[in-house]
Amino acid sequence: MSYIEFLQDYGGRMVDGSLITLVQFVLATVVSVLVALTFGLMRLASNPAVKGFATVYVEIFRGTSLLVQLFWIFFVLPLFGITMDKFTAGFIAVGLNMGAYGAELVRGAILAVPKGQWEAAKAINMTPAQRMRRIILPQALVIMLPPWGNLVIEILKGTALVALISVTDLMFQARQINISTFLSVQTFGTALIIYYVFARFCVTPFMRAVERRMAFKIGRA
Amino acid sequence: MEWRWSWVWELLPQFIDATGKTLLAAGGGYLIAVVLGLVLTLAQRTPWRPVTVVVRELVEFIRSTPLLLQVFFVFYVGPQFGINLSPWTSGLIAIGVHYAAYLSEVYRGGIENVPKGQWEAATAINMSTVQTYRRLIIPQALPPAIAGMGNYLVGIFKDTPMLSVIGVAELMHTANSVGALSYRYLEPYTMVGVLFLAISLPTAFFIARFEKWVRRKMGM
Amino acid sequence: MTTEDMSQYPLRLEGDNIPMVRFANVRKSYGALTVLDHLNLDIDMGEMVTIIGPSGSGKTTVLRMLMTLETINGGVIYVDGEPLTHMEKNGVLVPANPAHIRRIRSKIGMCFQHFNLFPHMTALQNCMEGPVQVLGMSKKEAEERSLELLDMVGMADKANQYPSRLSGGQQQRVAIARALAMRPKVMLFDEVTSALDPEVIGEVTNVIRKLVDAHSLTMLMVTHQMGFARDISDRVCFFHSGVIAEQGSPAELFGNPQNERTKQFLNAVLESN
Repeated sequence: MSYIEFLQDYGGRMVDGSLITLVQFVLATVVSVLVALTFGLMRLASNPAVKGFATVYVEIFRGTSLLVQLFWIFFVLPLFGITMDKFTAGFIAVGLNMGAYGAELVRGAILAVPKGQWEAAKAINMTPAQRMRRIILPQALVIMLPPWGNLVIEILKGTALVALISVTDLMFQARQINISTFLSVQTFGTALIIYYVFARFCVTPFMRAVERRMAFKIGRA
Repeated sequence: MEWRWSWVWELLPQFIDATGKTLLAAGGGYLIAVVLGLVLTLAQRTPWRPVTVVVRELVEFIRSTPLLLQVFFVFYVGPQFGINLSPWTSGLIAIGVHYAAYLSEVYRGGIENVPKGQWEAATAINMSTVQTYRRLIIPQALPPAIAGMGNYLVGIFKDTPMLSVIGVAELMHTANSVGALSYRYLEPYTMVGVLFLAISLPTAFFIARFEKWVRRKMGM
Repeated sequence: MTTEDMSQYPLRLEGDNIPMVRFANVRKSYGALTVLDHLNLDIDMGEMVTIIGPSGSGKTTVLRMLMTLETINGGVIYVDGEPLTHMEKNGVLVPANPAHIRRIRSKIGMCFQHFNLFPHMTALQNCMEGPVQVLGMSKKEAEERSLELLDMVGMADKANQYPSRLSGGQQQRVAIARALAMRPKVMLFDEVTSALDPEVIGEVTNVIRKLVDAHSLTMLMVTHQMGFARDISDRVCFFHSGVIAEQGSPAELFGNPQNERTKQFLNAVLESN
């Protein structure tokens, strides 16, 4: 079977899988950003209970494997009455995991904003919330965008694990096709190239463009 | 659902045995990654442009595709050409190559961190390239690289569960089989999580200490 | 702070001639290191007071405490007759809550050594930020006022530039406009020329001169520019080891210093110039 024939026969399923991967990726990224902002800010709270809770969250999710977390959420959480369908469990698990890494990026970026900025905001009598929202976060955003570019690629790669709870993403389709055809080079090779092209020529350039735009917006370009 | 301690104790020896295999996989994979990563870094610093471009893109390729897929690829592609690799061999190759790409970036960052003036000073005292790397560049590139190398040591450890999909009998694989037999997943998966935490948290802590120690020792 | 008898401090300053700022027995220490030891200093309305002294003498700390960037370990600071660091509760002074601090702090503005302009906002936006966000002023009004102030500091033509495009002197002038936009009663200048190249110091000191001439602002300044301090101040305080070693009119302090430390310091500074 030539590669062209292979694509004619199985390309459609690859495309279906890719679309599921895309949706999982977008949803997982949204969850990650929300988790990262929430826990990153909580990590900087002065209240020890809030700070402690966020630290425990971050350490647990960064200290164990995404795969373990995914299985735990999908197989064990229902025992506690929290049942999610596999699609939801998939992007939630990836988002919660990557969000913990993102929280550290948020925290680090906020701490990297020069101390003088906090003081100047205080000197014009801003409330703590105003200082954070108007002065610190916009600057932190520019600082954290480059590492987020890497994290977003990790999120994309992380979504491949949802295949193991039978979400029919690209990884899942590749595995199914491989089982029925044993054309491993073609199936897995094609899937690798799709991930690569999407990451390298769509996601990364997009993140770079956002970086440039933000840097320009805050007047550093 | 109730937590059954008695079952946990019953499973524990099996899980500890599997933890050993997990550590073996992580250690073996890391060894490959440390060495191959250096090769990838140095290849990108050769003056021969086609090599640097191809290796650079190869690193990008490995870094931007899922490890899980790479594991399947390595495991299933061999037999198509009549080469049968055991799950362990394929697993170590896949995870080792994957992390070699990451480590090569860490090394590269470390080397690029060394100020240009150091190279010029080395030229000024007429050092050879090898001498310059050995005496000046690597000692200065290493301390900042330790944090990254340590992170990926913990990272490779946490990624070993992916080898369970091709039948490497590490922790996750053990938990899956125990769970499938008993239809109880609470204890096995929780135990895997706890064992991972119990290893990765202290490791991360000691790496941070080690990094500080090296920096102090080198007067940085 | 807890062991101090707070009843020695009045709940508010009353009378005809109350100072704009009063430091009463103010103490500040970092661990075992005492930075300020029982500081007592009154600054009258409209007065320009300059603080000079060797580095580490606690002079910048005075300004930072007044701006509430540092907490104090004892004593009370009053602004415009009311306690800043404390508030009344059941007839005694207790440490102020954030709402009280914000209310009193609104009377104080500050310019920093490193300007601390907001890098993600233009010069104009920097000036409008406080009036719009904190004072709740309309954008139109805030813009008018900010442009006026930028004009006053000679930066009207750069209103739409981001700080990264401005020189140090220009940034500092915008920072002065930003502080003034909040209509403070007291302005603090913390070594505002120390980070500047020598040739642009004049453009900043000229703006401060203008303020002294035109406004009834009360000002407190820390500087290393002795000539400028001498020209412009109503009173100069020489700080040494956390206390005011000597104070007086510029003519007295620079012309006929009494304290040995002051003499040494002035000699050392003048020699280096």
